[in-house]
Amino acid sequence: MTGRGDTATGNRGLNLIEPLIFEQGQPGRSGVDLPDAPTVKDRLGACKRSEPIDLPGLAEPQVIRHFVRISRNNYSIDANMYPLGSCTMKHNPRLNEKIARLPGFADVHPLQPVETVQGALELIDMLARWIKALTGMPAVAMSPGAGAHGELCGIMAVRAALEDRGDPRKRVLVPDSAHGTNPATAALCNYAVDSVPSDARGRIDLAALKNKLDTDVAAIMLTNPNTCGLFETDILEIADAVHAVGGFFYCDGANFNALVGRVRPGDLGIDTMHMNLHKTFSTPHGGGGPGAGPVVFSEALAPYAPVPWVVHGDEGFELVEEDAGKAFGRMKAFHGQMGMFVRAMAYMKSHGADGLRQVAEDSVLAANYLLAELEDILPPSYPGPCMHEVLFDDNVLNDSGVTTLDLAKAMIDEGYHPMTIYFPLIVHGAMLTEPTETESKESLDQFVATMRALVERAKAGDIQSFHDAPRFAPTRRLDETGAARQPILRWGGGYAKDAAE
Amino acid sequence: MSDVKFTEEHEWVALDGDIGTVGITDYAQDQLGDVVYVELPAVGAEFTKGEQAAVVESVKAASEIYAPVSGAVVEVNPALSDNPALVNESAMTDGWFFKLRIQEPSEFDELMDETAYATFVEDLD
Amino acid sequence: MRYLPLTETDRAAMLNAIGVSSIDDLFDDVPESARLERLIDLPLHAGEMEVERDLAAMASRNTAAGSVPSFLGAGAYRHHIPATVDHLIQRSEFLTSYTPYQPEVSQGTLQYLFEFQTQVATITGMDVANASMYDGATSCAEAVLMACRVTKRHGAILSGGLHPHYSDVTRTMTRFGGFDVQVQPPDLNGDETLESSIAGTTACVVVQYPSCFGHISDLRPLAAACHQAGALLIVVVTEIVALGALTAPGDLGADIVVGEGQSLGNALNFGGPYLGLFAARNEHVRQMPGRLCGETTDVEGRRGYVLTLSTREQHIRREKATSNICTNSGLCALAFCIHLSLLGGEGFARLAKLNHGNAVLLAEQLSDIPAVEIVNDTFFNEFTVRLPQPAAAVVRALAAKKILAGVPVSRLFPGVASVDNLLLVATTECTVQGSRDALVAGLRGELQ
Repeated sequence: MTGRGDTATGNRGLNLIEPLIFEQGQPGRSGVDLPDAPTVKDRLGACKRSEPIDLPGLAEPQVIRHFVRISRNNYSIDANMYPLGSCTMKHNPRLNEKIARLPGFADVHPLQPVETVQGALELIDMLARWIKALTGMPAVAMSPGAGAHGELCGIMAVRAALEDRGDPRKRVLVPDSAHGTNPATAALCNYAVDSVPSDARGRIDLAALKNKLDTDVAAIMLTNPNTCGLFETDILEIADAVHAVGGFFYCDGANFNALVGRVRPGDLGIDTMHMNLHKTFSTPHGGGGPGAGPVVFSEALAPYAPVPWVVHGDEGFELVEEDAGKAFGRMKAFHGQMGMFVRAMAYMKSHGADGLRQVAEDSVLAANYLLAELEDILPPSYPGPCMHEVLFDDNVLNDSGVTTLDLAKAMIDEGYHPMTIYFPLIVHGAMLTEPTETESKESLDQFVATMRALVERAKAGDIQSFHDAPRFAPTRRLDETGAARQPILRWGGGYAKDAAE
Repeated sequence: MSDVKFTEEHEWVALDGDIGTVGITDYAQDQLGDVVYVELPAVGAEFTKGEQAAVVESVKAASEIYAPVSGAVVEVNPALSDNPALVNESAMTDGWFFKLRIQEPSEFDELMDETAYATFVEDLD
Repeated sequence: MRYLPLTETDRAAMLNAIGVSSIDDLFDDVPESARLERLIDLPLHAGEMEVERDLAAMASRNTAAGSVPSFLGAGAYRHHIPATVDHLIQRSEFLTSYTPYQPEVSQGTLQYLFEFQTQVATITGMDVANASMYDGATSCAEAVLMACRVTKRHGAILSGGLHPHYSDVTRTMTRFGGFDVQVQPPDLNGDETLESSIAGTTACVVVQYPSCFGHISDLRPLAAACHQAGALLIVVVTEIVALGALTAPGDLGADIVVGEGQSLGNALNFGGPYLGLFAARNEHVRQMPGRLCGETTDVEGRRGYVLTLSTREQHIRREKATSNICTNSGLCALAFCIHLSLLGGEGFARLAKLNHGNAVLLAEQLSDIPAVEIVNDTFFNEFTVRLPQPAAAVVRALAAKKILAGVPVSRLFPGVASVDNLLLVATTECTVQGSRDALVAGLRGELQ
């Protein structure tokens, strides 16, 4: 990648510059030894390839060196805390990786005869039962591939149910603090998005919500705890009000970490909710994915759940892949993110009912601890207590010349990945901070000390060091404007601006 | 000589005969930050006053631009495709977005003049 | 509990700092009726040993595809993954890192995404590829939605050679948007003529290459017909290794190429997580869904990478986004990238040649069985076999004899009687002569 100069190589100790693989390849090299292909008369037809494939050849040692070197330019939860609000960056247990790699789970084809995959179907069934127990809901669709996909699953079921009633309706209510996937999902289902303001307490404005509720509202999409890290105190009343007009209550389950084992969303009146297995249930973020987003359903919505699902008959487990009833369709090829199911199941079994309840308690405790330890110098946007995450804003930086972005970049120099910034949109310069339950008290104290030092430094007027940050990361600040104005999205090809655009 | 008026959404329109040139104000470009892309309407597209006509994008945001008056698009700014930075550098002149053949001159008269817009912006801050 | 570092002493100190006497005080906002006083009725925590024992027992109740002769395909393929791949993806910095929204500390992720995008664009013959989607089927659906946005039309024609899961997912995701999605009848022989169905309202035609039944069509005439009518050609590739032996879809006139990348770097995993590939032309880049990684420089002129063109995405554009997608298949994309880096262009072509060669050998052996017919003229590493009796029962009988004989087509097209005797058979570089012989012997034994 890139180094800092000063040396002949440009390298700096363990920080080694590493170019792209395309800048290193040579013809005649490969990192894989394959047996010779049998000599046959080919059956490829008119589209047999005639051109060589323009990809570089590297031997195995070079490939390993390449990826090891670039990996060093990455922050990771294994290295340090990620205080990212809304992401639940908890520890990723390695037992989960070991079990997911057992050949009996990893080396199984989705379309093997069901007699040969009884253990896989059993695991999906077991995970489904745990999810239903933890949420207090009667049904679950396991197939969605991630949270946003799960949202789509939930809202599609809502629309299918309403169309079945002959009353599809036109609008979905979404709080102004909602994650962007919520309105994007509603739009995909051809619903108009009606934004509901938040009140001075950081919760959805109940009066405004009731004002907008009519028989044209298909659903409300609410996150609870919400994206300010606060429990929606009016939630029972909200559920009743939505149901009274014949609408449905979709709950965004991204923040389930605050509730698991202590509160069942089913007891709050929800009709459907997605889980993020890569948040609450520890499956690794992997640099951006894969995730998994199972969706729980109420009795009213269960008939519309998408295929496939696992059933337990007299002869063992079966997979229902085709529905003669009201299933709204299929979300993904095959059966769902099995690799993530195995990991989540290992996590759940490891914690058990008692451990999972402790997870919620410790995550809420940790966030409130940060709030308490910082509030004299960095007051929260809303008075506490919070739940598993605490929201700050840039009020305290007001006359300092330092923005939330500058503060975030300065955190990088201190060895921390910044918290979630500029979300939610309802406060200025938002800093949403979620430590999770897997941080030790020592780790939390170090984070507090760092934030205190940074805020004090900002208020003391040391603007330049903030504007210069980060200075110690593998790169300095990157030109995102240039990247968007003249996109270069691949090596070699570049992006010749098309006159038509 | 063209007459310039302003909207509360920070668009300006300069009228020359029945052709109105539309852009965003200096205040708007400053709020937006570095402009990276402008999605312009097709020539011939017709808009009623207040209808979304274009989108201006920065790295972190996309803002809708509304037709300040009703009309049909007769020309779009060819320079913005290669150089969206023009919107930041000369929002009120070279960074114009599109020209409309206007249909209802009274709509133009209803808009804010320069002084009224300046007051409007002051009250925002 | 081993994953929870806070001790009782820690908790007491923290409660004290907060100024409450018990953790329950921090849950005061929860309505009383919803507060769980007791543990949920699930087992208590368990140590590694127990968890491993229980789940390993469950795993042992599955037949691993590699432990028996195995000929399953139909959208998921068992290839040999070099040991290097799994070791590298398990590095902490790859496995446990977050989405690269703070690029200065995510150059590892961003660099491999840039390389991945380049690899995908190269093998598909397209200008640009995104940083992956959930799987091939959802990529296909997203491609149809994109084509409708680009052409401002609402009609889509799905080939009868498209994997039924893909057409089902496409129909599901377009169900409420006012689109008109037509699925053609199953196209066993590659005979369908889609050109005549293209209308002025057609946004796109979607074909699979090779088809679900294995046959390989020259897509050039169809591409021309689409473009003539102002529609886009979407090409779906479910076995990405095929592109090592076939002309790139971009070079045949595809406007969007989507596919499943599982074959490179990623285990079968009973159907997921897989890897959605999505590639398009430069002129349409702003209508693409998914994350895009772009090259730039930092303030010291150093080359670096960032996520870019983010105004397409949900976190900025919200209800006007090109998609609602947030999470991608990052680690699966890394595995693909590492595997393809190890292969290189020449290795990729050799791998494809080996796959095809093994398939040709198998087809020859199978056609020697009386009453067994190979339906395809053309194929890559998977073809359709016509048996003299229903394939599903034959497959179950052979499974009991520890042979995974292939996918009965009736499993993909339930209720279509004409496919009952058809079997999809796939081979890869993993297939050895002993396995081929076992399948042939097994079939001979089962067929009357």
